[in-house]
Amino acid sequence: MGDRAVELTLGPVLFNWPADQWRDFYFRIADEAPVTTVYLGEVICSKRAPLFASHYEEVVERLSARGKTVVFSMLSEVALNLDRKLVDSVCASEDHLIEANDASALPRLQGRPHHIGPFMNVYNERSVAVLARGGAQNFCLPVEMPARTIRALCAGTPDLDATFEVLVFGRMPLALSARCYHARAHGRTKDTCQFVCEKDPDGLELRTLNGQPFLAVNGIQTLSYDFLNLIDRLQELQEIGVSRFRLSPHGCDMVRVATTFRGVLDGTLTAAQAAAALTGLNLPGPFSNGFYNGKPCPAGAILAHVKDAES
Amino acid sequence: MNNGGYTRPQLVCPAGTPAALRTAVEAGADAVYCGLQNATNARNFPGLNFTPAELEAAIAYAHARAAKVLLAVNTFPRAGQFALWREAVDLGARLGIDALIVADLGVADYAARTYPALRLHLSVQAGASSPEAIRFYCEEFGVKRVVLPRILTVAEIADIHRQIPCEIETFVFGNHGLMAEGRCSLSAYATGLSTNMDGACSPAADVHYEEDAARNLTTKLGPFVIDRFACNENAGYPTICKGRYLTDARNEAYYAFEEPVTLNLAGLLPDLMRAGVTALKVEGRQRSRAYVRAVVSAFRKAVDDILAGGEASLASLLALTEGQRETEGAYRSKTWR
Repeated sequence: MGDRAVELTLGPVLFNWPADQWRDFYFRIADEAPVTTVYLGEVICSKRAPLFASHYEEVVERLSARGKTVVFSMLSEVALNLDRKLVDSVCASEDHLIEANDASALPRLQGRPHHIGPFMNVYNERSVAVLARGGAQNFCLPVEMPARTIRALCAGTPDLDATFEVLVFGRMPLALSARCYHARAHGRTKDTCQFVCEKDPDGLELRTLNGQPFLAVNGIQTLSYDFLNLIDRLQELQEIGVSRFRLSPHGCDMVRVATTFRGVLDGTLTAAQAAAALTGLNLPGPFSNGFYNGKPCPAGAILAHVKDAES
Repeated sequence: MNNGGYTRPQLVCPAGTPAALRTAVEAGADAVYCGLQNATNARNFPGLNFTPAELEAAIAYAHARAAKVLLAVNTFPRAGQFALWREAVDLGARLGIDALIVADLGVADYAARTYPALRLHLSVQAGASSPEAIRFYCEEFGVKRVVLPRILTVAEIADIHRQIPCEIETFVFGNHGLMAEGRCSLSAYATGLSTNMDGACSPAADVHYEEDAARNLTTKLGPFVIDRFACNENAGYPTICKGRYLTDARNEAYYAFEEPVTLNLAGLLPDLMRAGVTALKVEGRQRSRAYVRAVVSAFRKAVDDILAGGEASLASLLALTEGQRETEGAYRSKTWR
């Protein structure tokens, strides 16, 4: 596994950005970001999908022209008929690779090369084998998997021609629900939401009753308040068998994020230089190393992690 | 069986302990579900669940009274630890359980290939919420019944019933978790113990109660405040999806996800029975025998009354919601979403 090319990838935009901004974001990624694969598509809310529909063609064209592999990410929760139609229509296209984020997409993907996304519960060797049997080639692991479990998974699947991908930057997806918490925060329901989620390009922050920042709401999704940042663990992750590193898009300068991570992977940036570059992003939350060591640190105790990287 | 236009549903009841299992069977459960004393099931709490010997005795007890025993092996094995789940499946098959409740693809695959005659139910933890997802599990592993996530309306359940080749089990009463089952790492984020992999949401060791001078109580999970209660209020157990939080979109603290409510679908029983639901599930393996007896008896009577052409009497169930408001959750109307 050590001889695999190490790739930097860009996960799907999880938030409801204005459509023009969404298009321009991908144009800039196509032109400037050192990522090899770009995951595209609405994974949170099928109501949002039509907002971006008119831009897909030009975005895919631009990304492909600049040598990026485009993978279509499927919805993470499929229950409504609208959700099912969305999955069906994307799977019907044979032109692109697809990343399944819910079992609903799997029947359409059997026997055809595809990816498994981080919203699927894949925690062990046998689950990987079952999905690989059906054509799955790349597995982006659940965010709550600590390094020791990732190590065991990579070590336990030596015969499979599968690659493993890990989220290394961005707010961590923690939960999905049928209820839209963005609408709820504004006294609305999912059906009457009027797309109020567009107010929060990185999610709506929730604080505890004593004012401690805790979570971020994004439609039916709940994320961490803090931003996962594993830039100082890339070497270790490669050694245990991870060959693809995923950045999750936020409102910050994602080209700078990608360039910084690529620099560390290539050995052209030191840990201190990388930490300094990322500290200047002005993110709406601190960095953390998430579940890497098993137990996440609460936001606030987290900055020490980045300070360690600087020293 | 067909009574008054309804198919007779099975009443599937929680058995956190051997005593609760006997109580549920006595109170009229058609089936009970239980787990082993380890991470292989989603209620891995101290003082709950069965030793292998207890499971063997419980199966004999239930079978002698024509009740079925379903074994929940419904968590997701961590890589490198699959043996514990394999042993749980082996044990269940050897002892003659009536069905195995699974969520993990790997566990389902192991059970289906090793014990093709063993009946598989797909746990709610698998989060299969569409006909396509359910059919995948039916085709891959021969799943005979799906336990539906608590995120669908009754109309949607009826629609799914028409499109899948297996039976449907739905929750009708109990704790009302707000997140899609099997897709929540909130407790893991606060405690380091994973609901999916370790089988525990809000483990007691990470729950803290802090009382101030005015006897107001703050409840915490790990380092996070989940809620605060005045001295005359009933303090709830701190689970993240039922806590109160602050946000810039609101002037005051609010239940960002859901009020502390108990799911109670007694009023929807006729609709569920018409929707083609095979089994009605009561949540609560962590509950006392008294609670199990009361809930199971009340639902037994409600179901039998409906089958006899009458109306379900619901008063006795209201008393069991422990002062909490009750909800029909996602089941009645889309406005819940």
